[in-house]
Amino acid sequence: MKLLSRVTADVKHSPSAHSTLDVLWVLYDRVLRITPETIDDPGRDRFFLSKGHGPAAYYAVLAAKGFFPEEWLDDMGGWDSPLGHHPDRVLIPGVEIGTGSLGHGLGIAVGAALGLRAQGHLDTRTFVLLGDAELDEGSNHEAIAYAAAVGLPITAIVIDNHSSTHGWPGGIPARFPGWGVSVVNGRDRDEIERSLRSVENRPRLVVAAL
Amino acid sequence: MRETFITTTTAILDEDPRTALVLADISADSFTDAQRRHPERVLNVGIREQLMAGVGGGLALTGMRPYLHSYATFLIDRAYEQIKLDFAHQDVGAVLVSIGASYDAAAEGYTHQSPGDVALLDTLDGWTVHVPGHRDEVAAILREAARHDDRVYVRLSTQENSRPHHGAGLHVLRSGGPLVVAVGPMLDPVLEATRDLDVTVAYTNTPRPLDTAGLRDLVTTPEIVVVEPYLAGTSARLVSEALSGLPHRSLHLGVGRTEVRRYGSRDDHARAHGLDPAGLRRSIEAFLGSWTQRG
Repeated sequence: MKLLSRVTADVKHSPSAHSTLDVLWVLYDRVLRITPETIDDPGRDRFFLSKGHGPAAYYAVLAAKGFFPEEWLDDMGGWDSPLGHHPDRVLIPGVEIGTGSLGHGLGIAVGAALGLRAQGHLDTRTFVLLGDAELDEGSNHEAIAYAAAVGLPITAIVIDNHSSTHGWPGGIPARFPGWGVSVVNGRDRDEIERSLRSVENRPRLVVAAL
Repeated sequence: MRETFITTTTAILDEDPRTALVLADISADSFTDAQRRHPERVLNVGIREQLMAGVGGGLALTGMRPYLHSYATFLIDRAYEQIKLDFAHQDVGAVLVSIGASYDAAAEGYTHQSPGDVALLDTLDGWTVHVPGHRDEVAAILREAARHDDRVYVRLSTQENSRPHHGAGLHVLRSGGPLVVAVGPMLDPVLEATRDLDVTVAYTNTPRPLDTAGLRDLVTTPEIVVVEPYLAGTSARLVSEALSGLPHRSLHLGVGRTEVRRYGSRDDHARAHGLDPAGLRRSIEAFLGSWTQRG
């Protein structure tokens, strides 16, 4: 994608920048009910990028969808740029949370889904994207167990590019007891879309394997 | 104070559909009726304090007003980075209400004590800190917090003064010489310790933001004493800023950094930290030196 190389032109092409690209494109192109015009709509779908490091693909997708000007991509990390090496929701239209420290997004997503439900936004969907190494953070497991216990219909996407130092013996789905699970090819956009469109009365995990 | 928190928060949940309560098992039994009435706004996440903070941030991001509650050490100390990043960094707020204070749970040991909670919040921006000195001060504080979206910490304790003083500013209880500021439940011990000293005694239940202008107005001698029910010196920087340009000497009394590896009662720990009337008297007298005693 041209826009992605525009972001990463003067930065080393990192695997984390590219690992999320297909999932993010499918989300914003085919699944999420959110546009640049509805970023403040209380009933908009929510997407939380928990894995805030390597946000190049995220920025490229948001720019491609018109959330901010493509010119912003040329100066990521610059003093005058709203785009940091970790995204800041206060600075970037369409970004729902500021992340970078791993292990925060899933808990916030659980809270947002609860808040949306309490306010009657029953058709609003909540998605959160994590990395497989990020799962090492124990805070995720507080959220995983609670979401399953209360049957909260959020969708967590874990990009599995085997970057966790000690790995996850038994596979990532084994860490999500009580969740509905799909394991998909993280480069197959149609397969990703099918899994993201699926809704259950409980939390769902989509493992995007690379 | 905990009982007042429970009844007031239960009423707030009934009255204001924007409010939510997030618990991590502590005090959950006391909110079963509220939970039955508002199952989608009274949320017990189990023994998961990092999640409690994250859920609070997520609720606030959708426009709700979350109240979070646990022991101070679990609510603040344990989940410090969640408090840092899941609220202010997201540009949202919450109302954090703690019990346990510095050593209310004396017999439970250091694991249940949080002398450093206010100091931890002092590393962050924009937290209003209330340290009520009487149960009757609690309801107004909790109700006011429902009316906006700022970041508020309410530090409840089993230690109380004999009577309440309402409002956030500095209350002057005795006028005289050097200023002695008592925060929250430290007022009664300070009044007793300084009974026959020529000092001014002022009280606040809202140490953050500190009423620095009021403080400066009350200083009539170079001496100032601050007595806080949490880590000694927590307010030293702010007092120093408030009095910058004025020649002054300050004494900051509070809970010591060294862990007291004894159980016993809250009063035993107050004594060990020199925060009982006799201990305060010794420290204040030694600091003020030649100030004449009242007749």
